Amino acid sequence: MTWVTKTLNSTLGRKLIMALTGLFLILFLTGHVSGNLLLFKGDGGQAFNMYAKFMTTNPAVKLLSYLTYISVIGHIIYSISLSLYNKSARPVAYSTSKGSTNSAWSSRNMGVLGTIILIFLVVHLQGFWAKMHWGEMPTVTYDGEVYKDLFLIVNEAFKQGWLVALYVLSMIFLGFHLSHGFASAFQTLGINHKKYSPAIKAIGTAYSILVPASFASMPLYIHFSSY
Amino acid sequence: MKLTLKIWRQKNTADKGGFVTYVADHVSKDMSFLEMLDVLNDQLTEKGEDPVHFDHDCREGICGMCSLYINGKPHGPLQTTTCQLHMRSFSDGETITIEPWRAKAFPVVKDLVVNRSAFDRIIQAGGYVSVNTGGVPDANEIPIPKIVADLAMDAAQCIGCGACVAACKNASAMLFTSAKVSQLALLPQGQVERKTRAEKMVAQMDSEGFGACTNTGACEAECPKGISITNIARMNREYFSAVVSSDNM
Repeated sequence: MTWVTKTLNSTLGRKLIMALTGLFLILFLTGHVSGNLLLFKGDGGQAFNMYAKFMTTNPAVKLLSYLTYISVIGHIIYSISLSLYNKSARPVAYSTSKGSTNSAWSSRNMGVLGTIILIFLVVHLQGFWAKMHWGEMPTVTYDGEVYKDLFLIVNEAFKQGWLVALYVLSMIFLGFHLSHGFASAFQTLGINHKKYSPAIKAIGTAYSILVPASFASMPLYIHFSSY
Repeated sequence: MKLTLKIWRQKNTADKGGFVTYVADHVSKDMSFLEMLDVLNDQLTEKGEDPVHFDHDCREGICGMCSLYINGKPHGPLQTTTCQLHMRSFSDGETITIEPWRAKAFPVVKDLVVNRSAFDRIIQAGGYVSVNTGGVPDANEIPIPKIVADLAMDAAQCIGCGACVAACKNASAMLFTSAKVSQLALLPQGQVERKTRAEKMVAQMDSEGFGACTNTGACEAECPKGISITNIARMNREYFSAVVSSDNM
């Protein structure tokens, strides 16, 4: 083993990969939520559809999207590897354990939360992302240029109450995942300092509420404004 | 006080073990937890039974020898060592469950006694400093800022009891290892082995089979000496800066 693989295979190295991929996914979520706010513009979806085309064709965005795929896959693989490793570190379980008295629920259940988010991700990608890339899409023309009408697909999809409920519920789980993940990633990177940590924790809490709430507001808004 | 004790009994490392229930009657509120067990053991010995084995030494909260996972928490309901826990923390008629520390790296020797020599091997891997032999150096010969000395002393308070490992859902030893890395990395005397120390102690910690940290903070909340997880962040910094800059391949 070289020093690089030795480092990345150590517990600290694997944690580092979890932290870096997690932070990149936080950046991705920030971009994703800001762009999607165009759904609220009330222009019949023109800005949103133009944005969707830009996001699927721009070469710089392409590069970022590959980094996102790698981060998602890396985050999943390393979380499985670490979870199995951590499970094996305690072969005999305690008969009684009061974890709730010393740590937050979300911090102890990141794997469960992550799995739920993964299931949501599959439904979400299959409904919009896969359709946009390879599916049959209705089109719309603005100023003589043809655009795929993702806005219409989104509006049709969120007429289904069960899908809206799934999205809102998933965002609550995402919020809990982020409420631990955000500050935890900085701790793993070694950033724990009395000057910065209070700010990191506060931003993490605000982020884990605001971003999932903004995401959840989209299907809710579309569903209830379609009546 | 009358108590029901559910105590883990295990003949040796290979034995499967299981809980045995005992009734402790006439327990005084002013007894320490270990004195309560002493009385139980006296009764067991009188009856010709094998007493419950548990670790203890100073009974002053400074040696790190006592352990016990009491009612779902290491060292019981208070943030202290088991020897400093008194029966007034429990109520009459209560059932108390007593288990050994649970970790692959801490195999049960007998009953509630676990083998914590994995910690010793982590220390041997790098928890030391090189000094010149010869005359006794003058006090305060090396200037150290008060704030740095305090941080090093905070980390050095770790008594190596293993409550952090016991509390962690991953049986991770990162609070212990990071306290030992920190107390030496912070001081001028610890600079000679600084990089090698971080690399070797982390490698030893991993090879002992302790889990990885998931930053739940349970260790810090349960540590009888109040060791902070800022030490874990420092160990991460020490380790990553060491691996990218040291001459060790």
